[in-house]
Amino acid sequence: MEERFSKSHEWVHLDGDVATVGITKYAADQLGDVVFVELPQAGKTLKEGAEAAVVESVKAASEIYAPLSGEVSESNAALSSDPAKVNVDPEGEAWFFKLKVSDRSALQNLMTRDQYTEYVKGL
Amino acid sequence: MRYLPLTPDDRSAMLKTIGVGSIDELFRDVPKAVQGAQFDLPPHAGEMEVERILTRMASRNVAAGSSAFFCGAGAYRHYVPASVDHLIQRSEFLTSYTPYQPEIAQGTLQVLFEFQTQVALITGMEVANASMYDGSTATAEAVLMAHRITGRDRAVLSGSLHPHYSETVRTMAGLAGEIVIGPVMPGAAEEFTSLIDDKTSCVVVQNPDVFGMVRDLRPLADAAHAKGALLIVVVTEAVSLGLVQPPGAMGADIVAGEGQSFGNGLNFGGPYVGLFAAREKYLRQMPGRLAGQTVDVEGRRGFVLTLSAREQHIRREKATSNICTNSGLCALAFSIHLSLLGEKGLRQLAKLNHARAIELAERLTRIKGVELVTPAFFNEFTLKLPKPAVAVADALADRGVIAGVSALRLYPNEPALDRHLIVAATETNTAEDIDAYARALEQVLA
Amino acid sequence: MMNAQGRPTVGEPVTATAATYSGHRGLDHEEPLIFEIGRTDVTGVDLPDVDLHGDRLGGLLREEPIGLCGLSEPETVRHYVRLSQRNASIDANFYPLGSCTMKHNPRLNEKMARLAGFADLHPMQPQKTVRGALQLIAELARWLKELTGMAAVAMTPKAGAHGELCGILAIRAALDARGEKRTRILAPESAHGTNPATAALCGFTVESIRANEDGRVDLAALHAALGPDVAGVMLTNPNTCGLFERDIVAIAEAVHAAGAYFYCDGANFNAIVGRVKPGALGIDAMHINLHKTFSTPHGGGGPGAGPVVFSERLACFAPLPLFVEDANGFHLIEDIESAQAAGAQPLGRMCAFHGQMGMYVRALTYMLSHGADGLRQVAEDAVLSANYLLASLKDVMSAPFEGPCMHEALFDDEFLKNTGVTTLDFAKRLIDEGYHPMTIYFPLVVHGAMLIEPTETESKATLDGFIAVMRKLADEARAGNVEAFKAAPVFSPRRRLDETQAARKPVLRWKPETP
Repeated sequence: MEERFSKSHEWVHLDGDVATVGITKYAADQLGDVVFVELPQAGKTLKEGAEAAVVESVKAASEIYAPLSGEVSESNAALSSDPAKVNVDPEGEAWFFKLKVSDRSALQNLMTRDQYTEYVKGL
Repeated sequence: MRYLPLTPDDRSAMLKTIGVGSIDELFRDVPKAVQGAQFDLPPHAGEMEVERILTRMASRNVAAGSSAFFCGAGAYRHYVPASVDHLIQRSEFLTSYTPYQPEIAQGTLQVLFEFQTQVALITGMEVANASMYDGSTATAEAVLMAHRITGRDRAVLSGSLHPHYSETVRTMAGLAGEIVIGPVMPGAAEEFTSLIDDKTSCVVVQNPDVFGMVRDLRPLADAAHAKGALLIVVVTEAVSLGLVQPPGAMGADIVAGEGQSFGNGLNFGGPYVGLFAAREKYLRQMPGRLAGQTVDVEGRRGFVLTLSAREQHIRREKATSNICTNSGLCALAFSIHLSLLGEKGLRQLAKLNHARAIELAERLTRIKGVELVTPAFFNEFTLKLPKPAVAVADALADRGVIAGVSALRLYPNEPALDRHLIVAATETNTAEDIDAYARALEQVLA
Repeated sequence: MMNAQGRPTVGEPVTATAATYSGHRGLDHEEPLIFEIGRTDVTGVDLPDVDLHGDRLGGLLREEPIGLCGLSEPETVRHYVRLSQRNASIDANFYPLGSCTMKHNPRLNEKMARLAGFADLHPMQPQKTVRGALQLIAELARWLKELTGMAAVAMTPKAGAHGELCGILAIRAALDARGEKRTRILAPESAHGTNPATAALCGFTVESIRANEDGRVDLAALHAALGPDVAGVMLTNPNTCGLFERDIVAIAEAVHAAGAYFYCDGANFNAIVGRVKPGALGIDAMHINLHKTFSTPHGGGGPGAGPVVFSERLACFAPLPLFVEDANGFHLIEDIESAQAAGAQPLGRMCAFHGQMGMYVRALTYMLSHGADGLRQVAEDAVLSANYLLASLKDVMSAPFEGPCMHEALFDDEFLKNTGVTTLDFAKRLIDEGYHPMTIYFPLVVHGAMLIEPTETESKATLDGFIAVMRKLADEARAGNVEAFKAAPVFSPRRRLDETQAARKPVLRWKPETP
């Protein structure tokens, strides 16, 4: 399983050609209490960098972008009904959606955990 | 200047603290070329003088109450109890702002929560917002909301929707998609279901319509839903909801309305108050402010503005609307009036309106050549006269009867409507008014 | 620990509010919802019971109960008076909300708006019976054009955001008339949220222009962003940081040279009214918030009014209705064909009827009261007061930009660094001190923004009192007394409210079973 991070604070876990996507703890902390998530429908095709989901907190709303191109295979229904999970376990239970990846090569444009940690320090 | 508390001494002291010699230094960023602007405007004036000027202007108008008055067409003359205007002038209501600091705005927030409840109840819908500018802009926002929900961009509007409302929808939502308007057929069965296709996001119909006609909207709701479109029902006379089955019971998905009839006088067209209600499942696509219930740190019930993430100050270009202001004080007036009326009073008021309209319609249609075009109505109906309506209404005005709104004024491109007159009667019309109208009309048509 | 006045001193853990048997505390009453105290069979009006012997409703009689509660008149009055007592207001509190212009709302305005000859007029009654109303609107229009130095004005928009929409639609209409399709609108990153929201509504994409170190639009960045597909620029001047855009004439020239239009958000007009004509700066359209600059009351959130002034280039696109002068006085042109026959190309209609007459009466009353000299003094005192606050606080707080400012002073949360106290906490303490807090977290370009707009209707004594309190709070925050800030407010009718719960589990109306 490969783990990567984007500049817009999404994390990706790539297992074969299935990518699980969510937002990082840093992003969740910045947002504050999450009150609502809007997840993509299964079957939707997403291009790398396209708007995939929306996460709303009391004071902000943020787009979640697809870190890789592919087709949505599943969205996290448990998250829809309990958006507070994002603040509790953003990098585990609060995954947003899974993608059947069409182009693995874009993985090299994303950061490793160490690189992401450095990146966040500089913000 | 009575509104400016700073004295010359104050100003000197303040300039000294700031560390500049004159006020001009604080305007130093303004380009020299545009400084020293001259204005062809008078100097300041005392209260008495200002009052004299305004009073003179006001006296050049014929107040509705000074004649036998029968105009409707989207704005209705109702009696507003004295307490309403008194209460809205309380400092804490009149001079407060949007409740951004909820701890010191529980008055406003609780009023909005009560208002939202009242609007949901009278329209028969599940959730309502804290008001829009007016009925026409609320209608435009409803169309945009339907586009967002369905992912489609074609709106079909009834030909009997108030033309100002259709024009507003065209202006505010016309860039977002296609606007199709059905045929104008006063008094006839609404037939534009053929215009609904699978690209249609919404069907917009007014009930009672601009001609005053009341219809069962269930068949239209079914036709819209069958094609995956939403039904938007527009109500311009809120008092009708006291006697006529509400949009929610007839299959409406969104209701856009004008609340002016409660608590708010005619005011020559504004400020008014837009009502906006919808099915709960569409909540997150609703424009406008929402007051929600919650608790404070001591567990006491309180209210806050909520679901703000939809709005412009957070979502910016992705907001559900660009709206910032609601119609706060007008919503308060609406709410106070409805609280005074209660259900019992609302039904009495509505019955009174309907009874007056029936009386008037019967009296007028006894006159030779005067036909009633709208068989089912609440407090407004349309007559077809034997002579052009504009001229008739003008002659009646000279006789102290403001007889209604000629359809041609609203539909200048429908010459077939040149003899149609839209007439409203409310609880403010007396038997004498009705009598005066009938006698004057007889004279004018003779 | 209590001080000599019997009030808890800071540093003490804040106890729960003192309990009474009734739940009320002196003049502050716990007031239930009308649905909890009213009844469906009670009414506070005396209307006759009418027996409808048959109705003409086409079988659509509403028979199901509605659920609406009523109260007698005394109970209704008490309900709303008690609610009103839980609101801060300009009449009672210093209300320095930046960008909102919370000036005194004169009562003469209210008296004039209630004259029957204005209030009891139907928008569709014969035009010959409303000559005075049309005259008033024309007179207000004249003042607005004269004050701004612009050619025309669209009177009908119902609020500032509605006016913005009107202005951007006019720009779009002008481009259509030229046969040009341009897709981008430029706005500074500090723009008010309504600006990009409006542009998006009109089908444009919005691009941010960054600010320079001085907090003003970076002219080079603007030049770089301008191009043949830019429809217009939306700027606020003075800008949302309270600063006058020094390069505004150059900005206007660059915008026009690129074939684009200049929209000005007039929310901050109070800083320059009576001294500067925005038209002389090169703008093409500007909305004016009558409820800000011209004192019409904020009413708990509305109604507003947002007439839009236009330059010659956009004048012909103003929406219906048009107010035209003829031999008899003024009349309305309400339909497109007649407007076109008169040489206009209206962009459409912004709303039903003729705009916010009630607010026009109030605004004209205000203008007549002040006159040209009074309005000039308004701008000067507004700017003076804001600079006085800035000068008196910048040593204990942190101002991101070197003064002078215009009518509002901007601070950020740099001075609270490492104290644990946030801008929000600071604002909540102000509530306990009897002030409505300033605008917080706007503009977004500065961290933890605090935007303070005193307006011209505050006495020096009020300003001095505010300054003294702000200085003490700033000192206290830096002294490390975080708990007192986090616990605030403690004296308001409610303490901090759970906004997360309100958004996660929205309860937006009363229902019989709701606790």
